[in-house]
Parts: sequence; structure tokens; C-alpha cells
Amino acid sequence: MGLRVENLRVYYRTMRGDVKALDGATFEVADGEIMGLAGESGCGKSTLSKSLIRLDSRMKLVAGSVELDGKMLPLTDHEAMNKYRFAEVSLIPQYAMSALNPTRKIGKMIAELVRSRGFSYRVLLPELERRLALVGLSPDVLNNYPIELSGGMKQRTVMVLSTLLDPSLLIADEVTSALDVSTQRAVAETLVQFRDRGFVKSMIVVTHDLSLVYQIADTIMVMYAGKLAEKAPADKVVKEPRHPYTRLLISSLPEVGVRYAERRLVGIPGRPPGLLDPPSGCRFRDRCPLAFDKCAEEPPFVEVERGHEVACWKAM
Amino acid sequence: MHRYFGRKSLIYLLTFIVAVTLNWLIPRFMPGDPVLRMLTRSSVSNPESLAPMREYYENVFGLDVPLWQQYLNYWSELLQGNMGISVWLFPAPVTGVILKAVPYTLALLIPSILLSWVAGNKVGALAARRKWLDNTVLPLGYVLTATPYMWLGILLAWSLGIVMGIFPIAGGYSFALRPSFTVGFIANAFTHWFLPFLSLFLVAFGGWAIGMRNLIIYELEADYANYLEALGTPRKLIRRYAFRNAMLPQLTGLALQLGVLVAGALVTEIVFAYPGLGYLILQAIQNQDFFLLQGVFLFIVIGVLLANFIIDIIYVLVDPRTRTGLQGGTA
Repeated sequence: MGLRVENLRVYYRTMRGDVKALDGATFEVADGEIMGLAGESGCGKSTLSKSLIRLDSRMKLVAGSVELDGKMLPLTDHEAMNKYRFAEVSLIPQYAMSALNPTRKIGKMIAELVRSRGFSYRVLLPELERRLALVGLSPDVLNNYPIELSGGMKQRTVMVLSTLLDPSLLIADEVTSALDVSTQRAVAETLVQFRDRGFVKSMIVVTHDLSLVYQIADTIMVMYAGKLAEKAPADKVVKEPRHPYTRLLISSLPEVGVRYAERRLVGIPGRPPGLLDPPSGCRFRDRCPLAFDKCAEEPPFVEVERGHEVACWKAM
Repeated sequence: MHRYFGRKSLIYLLTFIVAVTLNWLIPRFMPGDPVLRMLTRSSVSNPESLAPMREYYENVFGLDVPLWQQYLNYWSELLQGNMGISVWLFPAPVTGVILKAVPYTLALLIPSILLSWVAGNKVGALAARRKWLDNTVLPLGYVLTATPYMWLGILLAWSLGIVMGIFPIAGGYSFALRPSFTVGFIANAFTHWFLPFLSLFLVAFGGWAIGMRNLIIYELEADYANYLEALGTPRKLIRRYAFRNAMLPQLTGLALQLGVLVAGALVTEIVFAYPGLGYLILQAIQNQDFFLLQGVFLFIVIGVLLANFIIDIIYVLVDPRTRTGLQGGTA
């Protein structure tokens, strides 16, 4: 079952027109799969992950559908979608440090939250305490205010809270970007543990840190300028990428043991196109070293081998 | 906690001492001489009798000793609850004069401050989520909060008092009545109270409503509100949190506004010739009544300090972040 996203297009309404931040995404996430979603700023990865749980007031769903465990998600209907949020689709936000109401004790806030969703706090409490212990937190944190916890503790509390109702899909949005390296690793391992223990069935880990997501993800999907570029098992993406953008992205990562004083680390020249009025054809064409005439036509996102999809004419 | 309140009390005590000292100084720096005023009032024709009379009055008011002695005497008398004798209403003691005016001022101030705060917060919070209310409350609030108290008072007196004739426009009660605890007097005092109250209420209301509207919008955009929304929390709960958190800056605002509101009430009292402390201040200044002026100021200082102290305590009760700060001995 899992998640099935079909031709999803989400635009931002602005005074100057629609910004086509997500322009046709079709992919699946299988049960038990941890999918890393990578790409540079403005590539649409946050838009994609947000639109799966909550469209904010500026976002407009233009086309597409999202199916989770065989049920269509009513993305555009805020009230109807509430039933699925938290219980079926859940989110660990980027801002986990400030995600808790500062003037409520954490336990009280969780109680009010689950009760407002029609669940019993008393029934959930033993499981909540067990999971807090699992991430190394004592049940006492429930009697604390968020200000009394360290950043890492808040992050773990939010991770436990977000997955409390065993959602089918968990979206982890840049969860590690505000943490130091050792905590990053602990958080990443906790995510895997949550999947292994069945707290969540599948997971989308949004990040711009490819090296981190490589360690935990089963598959990695790379986005560029609002389009999907490549999706494949993590090993494949890192070791045998097919899309020129992915290749350049991987080659611009520093490697352990290489002294960059001798060999300069290269980036990708140029900048991604503006999405208010994106160019036709392949959107990476202007920066792509392999570009040729055919690239004026938009390449389809197709499977080039089992479990490996690429949107590039050269890869086919 | 003890340490926090100990420190706070010390600050309040220091403020009090400085305020009382200034209070004593200011009338003495004013131009004019109260004793001369008394003498002209009694219009003595014989120049020889002027000297003994001046001596008598200076003795009565305690002005025949050096300034430093006057200052010390002032403190010692004050601690015994004695604030001297009024020049304007000679020989009535200042304490009595003030105590007669205080109920009127309190009856104006307390309801207008508290009701405008409560109503402004409620209406502002509502405006933050209803477009039509936002489009009406916001401009109205800006106009109201920018209106000077006395000008609004004059407008109200003119429209509701003179043109429509619903409310009396001057005094604390009809001149035909004497203050007493009868239904008739209280009803009469109420009609006189209403317009000054309304003008104070409206001006303050506008400010609170705008503040609350902006704070609620800010809170609803905060991370915790977004997170709760992503978890499918009903809007009701999110709004409750936002309202509560937005109340904290409003509470601070109330503490800051108290002094301004008191000043506004004084001017309003003068517009409506309302027999409260503001009216007394005007009379005291016009009659060079040092002692009455000192007394009224002292009362206002105590009132503002007390109100701020209460808000300090409330703040500790409602905001857990200040409380955790206290444990570290900071703040």
C-alpha cells in the first residue's frame, strides 16, 4: 500500500503570478520505506512535504492526487484532512525547538492535544512514557515547561509526540539542520528505530544533507526546480547516479580523507531557474554539461531499471 | 521566589522614596507663595497686622523652619498619616479632603481600566479572525486610541449631554443632593459618572483592541500554532493557546499604561468638573496649595506603584518562563 503521489502540482499565489514550486511529482513510497528527499533550497522539497499534510493559505493545489494506504487524502479540505493528520500522516517540523507551546507544561499540552482529537490521554500515557524512555527522556519532562528542556530534548519530545498515534506516513522536515553533528546522528538513528519498531510505516526525510540521509534512507529522491530528477535506492543514487544534476550534487560533497587544499571542491556553476516563469524543456538544461538539442523537450520521469527512475534524456 | 519579591519590594520602596521627595520638591519650586495668598484672601487693610498674621500662617503650615527641617518634618508627619492643612480649603486637613475625592476617582479609574482591557482584548481577538470585524474594529480602534481623552470627553458631553440631553455634563452628583447611601443618590451619581467613564473607556479600549488583534495574528503564525495545526488540532484549542500567550504582553502593557491612564483620568475629571483627584489637582495648583498637591500626588504614586506590584505578581503566576527565571536568582 504505502503512499502514492500522482502528478502533484502545488503553486504559490503571489501578486506577480503563480510560483510553480512543485510542478508535477509522481512517485510512491512503499510500506517500511524511508525515503530521503534531497535538493537545494527552492527545489520544492519543502513544498512537497508540506502539501502532503497541510497546505497553507498561500499554497494552491493545481492538480494531482495523493493516496495513502488506498485512501485519497482530501488535501484541499482543511477540516476533512484533520482526521488524517497526526493519526495517518504526521510531521516532525523543522522548528522542533519552538514547536511546543511555551506556556503549557508539556504533559498538559499533549493531553489537551490528544483529547481534542478524540483520544484518551490516560490510555496513551503508558505508551508515551515508554517511548520517551526509548529516546532517553524521563517521564518527568511531561511536568516541565518547554523552556526547561535543552534543544535536543525538545526535539526528541516532538519526535515522540508526532509518532504517538502510529501514523502510516511520517514527514521529517529538515529535522537535523539545527543540531550539532553528534546529535544529528542520534536523531537519524532514532528515526530508523521508529520505523523498525513499527511506530511509523513509511517516512519521508527531507534534507539537504545527502551524507546524513544516505546512512538512514532506503531510497533517495532528488528534486530540482520543482521537478523530480531522480529516485533510486540510496546506494544507487550515491554510487551510480544517472541524472547529471545528481552526479554534480554528489561530486560537490566533501569526502573524508581528501585534502581540499590540493584539489578544490567544485560546485555546480549557475543558479536554478526562477519558478515564476520556468523555462520549457529540462529545467537543468542551462547548467547541465551534457545538454543537447533534445533537452528543449521536457524529459519524462521514467524507470530506467528496476526501482531507479530518472528524468533525463541522456540516462535513457 | 522570596528573593525575587524581596528585590522587587526594595525597588518599589526606593521608587516610593524618590517619588515622595520629588513630590515635596515640586510645589516648592512652583512660583507663588501660599501664605501671601492667604493674606490677600483675608484682605487685611492694616499693614501692621500683616507681620503677625504671616508669622501665624507660616507656623500653621510649618514654613517657618529651614528647608531641610521642612523635609524631615514632612516625612515624619507623613508616616503618621498627616499630610498637612489645605490652603484652598483652610483649615480642612488635606487627608480629609483627599479621602472625600478618592472614591470618585477610583470609581472612574478601576472600571474604565479593567473593562476596557477585558473588552479590548476580547474584541481584538475576535477581530483577528473575522474579516468584517477586522475591517471595522481596526480603523475605529486607531481613531479612538489617537483621540485625546479630554477632546473625546467634550465630544461626548456635547453629543450625549447637550444635544440629546441624556446625561448630565458636570459634577459628581446633582447639586440639589447631598452624598448619602440612598438609591436616589447612587442612581444620580451613576448618570454623572457615565460620561467621564465612557470617554476613558473608549480611548483605552481602542488601544487594547488593536494590540490584541496584532498579537493574536502573530501568535497564530507562531511555530507552535503551525505544529498543532499540522497535527490536526481543532482551531478552538489553537486559538485558546494563542489568546493566552497574547495576554502576556497585554498584561505588561497594562502595567505600563497605568500611569498614562491615571493622567488621562485627571484631565477627564476637569472636563466634567468631576469631584475626584484631578479636580483637586487643578484647584491645588490654582490656589498654590502645596499640601493638597503633595497629598494628591502621593496618593497617585502609591496607587500606580501598588497596581504595578499586583501586575508583577500576576505575571509570575501566569507566565511559567518568569517563574523558572526566578529559580536561577536572575530577573
